[in-house]
Amino acid sequence: MDFVLQIINGLHVGSIYALIALGYTMVYGIVKLINFAHGDVIMIGSYVVLLSLTELHVPFWIAIIVAVVFCALLGMLIERFAYKPLRNASRITPLITAIGVSLLLQNIAMKVFSANPKPFPNVISGEPFQFGGVQVGQVTIYTILISVVLMVLLELFVLKTKMGKAMRAVSEDAGAATLMGININTTIAITFAIGSGLAAVGGALYSTAYPIVDPYIGSMLGLKAFIAAVLGGIGKIQGAMLGAFIIGITECLTKGYVSSQLSEAVVFAILILVLLVKPAGILGQNIREKV
Amino acid sequence: MLTVNDLHVHYGSIHAIKGVSFNVNEGEIVTLIGANGAGKTSILHAVSGLLKPSKGEVLYSNINLNLIKPHKIIQYGLAHVPEGRRVFSQLSVRENLELGAFIVKDSKQRMLDYNKVMQLFPRLKERENQLAGTLSGGEQQMLAMGRALMSSPKMLLLDEPSMGLSPILVKEIFTIVKECNKLGMTILLNEQNAKMALSIADKCYVLETGKVVLHGDAKDLLDNDIVKKAYLGG
Repeated sequence: MDFVLQIINGLHVGSIYALIALGYTMVYGIVKLINFAHGDVIMIGSYVVLLSLTELHVPFWIAIIVAVVFCALLGMLIERFAYKPLRNASRITPLITAIGVSLLLQNIAMKVFSANPKPFPNVISGEPFQFGGVQVGQVTIYTILISVVLMVLLELFVLKTKMGKAMRAVSEDAGAATLMGININTTIAITFAIGSGLAAVGGALYSTAYPIVDPYIGSMLGLKAFIAAVLGGIGKIQGAMLGAFIIGITECLTKGYVSSQLSEAVVFAILILVLLVKPAGILGQNIREKV
Repeated sequence: MLTVNDLHVHYGSIHAIKGVSFNVNEGEIVTLIGANGAGKTSILHAVSGLLKPSKGEVLYSNINLNLIKPHKIIQYGLAHVPEGRRVFSQLSVRENLELGAFIVKDSKQRMLDYNKVMQLFPRLKERENQLAGTLSGGEQQMLAMGRALMSSPKMLLLDEPSMGLSPILVKEIFTIVKECNKLGMTILLNEQNAKMALSIADKCYVLETGKVVLHGDAKDLLDNDIVKKAYLGG
């Protein structure tokens, strides 16, 4: 029974990682940039949810919508002013800028909210569900449910809608996409908006499970989601989901059966292993050129 | 229909296009021929907005294209089939064609164009749901052309449509180019296969290291000694 519980816990954190990993992978897919500020957008999202709950006294789901809108705008803002001017620069330049934006967001949060951790209210309460002999908390159920629904919606958006197709076209060949009449700037801005919006949901759900918000929660969370994206094959949406669930489950099993101190070490060991053995990730293809 | 005046293109310190001027009238097939590196592709890129010329103007139906955002140019009826096809290899044939109609708002019109393209390229019909990256070179060229036709363009820019194709396929592609011209499209064609290009073109400009060295009626150039020697194999 304990094993089943650990797996369910793994799915719980894994689905949060997945929402965040999607942002990394979509942005990488379209502008080939590892957006290291992504983790801090999550942190901002958590603060926005927290403030909406404690100051505006709105229901949790409205707080999430407020955070999604706020973070989507923030993501577009970051893209517009930090990354867009560097689009034709060498790839290391925007990467360093991303680290700079990350530090900037952390310090703004520290200035505005102070470095003291703030408690996050208990928003999802109620009796845990019973599955056979296993007790599963409502937070867990809601988190997995919301994440899965959002992932399915994203997949449908990318596969079926005109904008989704435009995104895939731009990620493959921006020049050819321009010739089709696709506005690359808009497409990239929308990609950042979607990624950051999902990050806000991820941040909100994370805070329901680990109810303390401080300016640094985004760093480790972002890093783990990034590892998930790399494990699954960065640039691949299904890869991010798969990688996130693997990381989440591995982490929980390590916590349950080995040692909770080691769980993060194991996650980073996975990153090193992936980079050594299959750098393109589980679903990533090695790039081959057809002439 | 298209007038290019004193066009200059720089890549950093390299002066690739050194004052090229030419003119394409409505309904014509005009070809730019020249060796690799003569600047043919740069000229087409400057026309369709993929690169910014350092000097000179590109006038299309009396609109100065230099002032128009690159992704808006197709809305004026100017479609570009780029060198090396550049189909979206991770997308299906159908999705590639749908993207070709990205600017077409009317879904009925899109269906009509789709069926027209399928009629023109029956091979694509068989491969509708296949990923474009799995198509052969000739099929990819057809897809690239079909994709451009999806926006019902008035003018087509074709960059090396015959590159890497077998002689039979080259013939097939050129037959379709002529067909498009008959349907009313004006065509600007970049081609290394000078013989083939001259056989269907009305006018021709010969480029050498970023300059027009010779131009005239395609028929006359077929008999021109310099052209014969340099481009038609003696």
